[in-house]
Amino acid sequence: MAKRIEVSDLNIYYGNFLAVQGVNTSIEPRSITALIGPSGCGKSTFLRSLNRMHEVLPGARVEGKVVMDGQDLYGSDVDPVNVRRQIGMVFQRPNPFPTMSIYDNVIAGNRLNNTKMKKSESDDLVEKSLRGANLWNEVKDRLDRPGSSLSGGQQQRLCIARAIAVEPDVLLMDEPCSALDPISTLAIEDLMAELKERFTIVIVTHNMQQAARVSESTGFFNLNGVGQPGRLIEFNPTEKIFSNPDQKATEDYISGRFG
Amino acid sequence: MSTATRSASGTSAPQDTVRVERRLSRSATVGLYLAGIALGAGLSALTGFAVTSTVVYGVILGTLAVYVTSRAVEGRRKATDRLVTCLVTTAFGIAMVPLVSLVWTVLSKGLARLDGDFFGMSMFRIVGEGGGAYHAILGTVIITLLATAISVPIGLLTAIYLVEYGTGRLKRGITFFVDVMTGIPSIVAGLFAFALFTLLFGNDFRAGVMGAVALSVLMIPVVVRSCEEVLKLVPNELREASYALGVPKWRTVVKVVLPTAIAGLGTGVTLAIARVVGETAPLLITVGLITGTNLNPFDGRMATLPVFAFYQLTQPGTATQAFLDRAWTAALVLIILVMALNVVARLISRFFAPKTGR
Repeated sequence: MAKRIEVSDLNIYYGNFLAVQGVNTSIEPRSITALIGPSGCGKSTFLRSLNRMHEVLPGARVEGKVVMDGQDLYGSDVDPVNVRRQIGMVFQRPNPFPTMSIYDNVIAGNRLNNTKMKKSESDDLVEKSLRGANLWNEVKDRLDRPGSSLSGGQQQRLCIARAIAVEPDVLLMDEPCSALDPISTLAIEDLMAELKERFTIVIVTHNMQQAARVSESTGFFNLNGVGQPGRLIEFNPTEKIFSNPDQKATEDYISGRFG
Repeated sequence: MSTATRSASGTSAPQDTVRVERRLSRSATVGLYLAGIALGAGLSALTGFAVTSTVVYGVILGTLAVYVTSRAVEGRRKATDRLVTCLVTTAFGIAMVPLVSLVWTVLSKGLARLDGDFFGMSMFRIVGEGGGAYHAILGTVIITLLATAISVPIGLLTAIYLVEYGTGRLKRGITFFVDVMTGIPSIVAGLFAFALFTLLFGNDFRAGVMGAVALSVLMIPVVVRSCEEVLKLVPNELREASYALGVPKWRTVVKVVLPTAIAGLGTGVTLAIARVVGETAPLLITVGLITGTNLNPFDGRMATLPVFAFYQLTQPGTATQAFLDRAWTAALVLIILVMALNVVARLISRFFAPKTGR
């Protein structure tokens, strides 16, 4: 299930603007990789380029290679839709579909793709995914209520349930806790620790404690100045990054002496 | 406490810390205004009493009375506030005058013939009193539905193209021409449909579908604009959520964007229908009028409510009053139709709006 992603010489552009330059890294399966760095340094852009969500924006393009288990995701014969079926994503703001019930939100990936399922199969999938997202006990009695009736933290876990219901290999999370209170954040961090048994997880976060708590490896992005492309400054095991980083810039950022 | 210290340091008199504000009570304000109006009535009586001059003098004098008194009692800031309140309320009143007058006129003159016959009979072999607009009501409904069937797919798909797919020059071009189309005079739309069908089927061709085409020329830009605005309101996050689940773009549009926007789309379409249902000029030159009932929009002239009203008014036969009554009742039915459509639009937006569940 979980797969390794190799990134080599990745340049990411918005039109003519080079947003992220020369990223080389390897994301390990069955582990959590955190991406940290100041705002605007290209963490989210890099994350979105991993499942080709980046190119949804007009003019956005990518140079270089992203290889998942030997398959180049940017190969000319690769359909971005298939890439996204293998690499799921959770966004910063919870975004359940407002027209759908909790139940339909969970199986939205199958419903929207018109995958035929028996009632019992979809019931099982909903229960499994909601249990996987630690939400089952809270919503099992009101699966037919709209998804937007849940609290922010529950909505975010609903979005995670929706993402894992399509059985992806990799789960990308773009600041999944930044709109949530500490208790919901804790719930989602516990959930990530469980999910990493089955998925490769990449998380962008502004919260360095969170990166230190949950991740095995951490990548630090930075940029030299406004208008300059962002770069991956350092990529190391989390313990090393937070105790003895290789780069001066990383140490400055982590200890708060940034800028 | 803080105010006390502040004014104590600012002024020399510590007793002055709480300022007593003199205010006009609500009844005093209303009384002053009514006194002004009464004075206006008196002034108007000097030059021979008339309602219009009473209202005009009364409003001016009432506003002045409130302003001057307030200025003397409450000070400049409050007085300006009251003056502006009076002006805004007067503007609202002026805006309501034509609406109320129109509804009143149509109701008082149209109610006379709002009976069963009007909805049950056509004008077939009727030259004097009696008769009805059965044929015209059905004609209006058929032609409007046909126009809707033509415009909604074209308009909705254009809006989807503009919001979801279009980029660069083509998108700007389409937007520009839609804007131009919005301003087309309705008679030009009628002439276009007339010329088109004359070219295709010869000189003597008359059918309801001609009117439907003319109406859709007017309707399409309205549908495009309203649908475009509504589709733009669908949050981009929902599209991204769908893409991230590996859903292709067209399925995202059909299954996520459109259902989320369905309430607004329904409202937009209904209001576009309301916009064209009362069009007269294009129907006058394409569909014309008949006295009998023709329910086949692809062959022969048809009657429609606006054209029916127009001919009843301009070509009364021997029984002039009967013709006038029918014209007013046709106008009333048209207004009722438009109002019903607006109610439908509000119901659509209420029932189809995404439920928040809170």
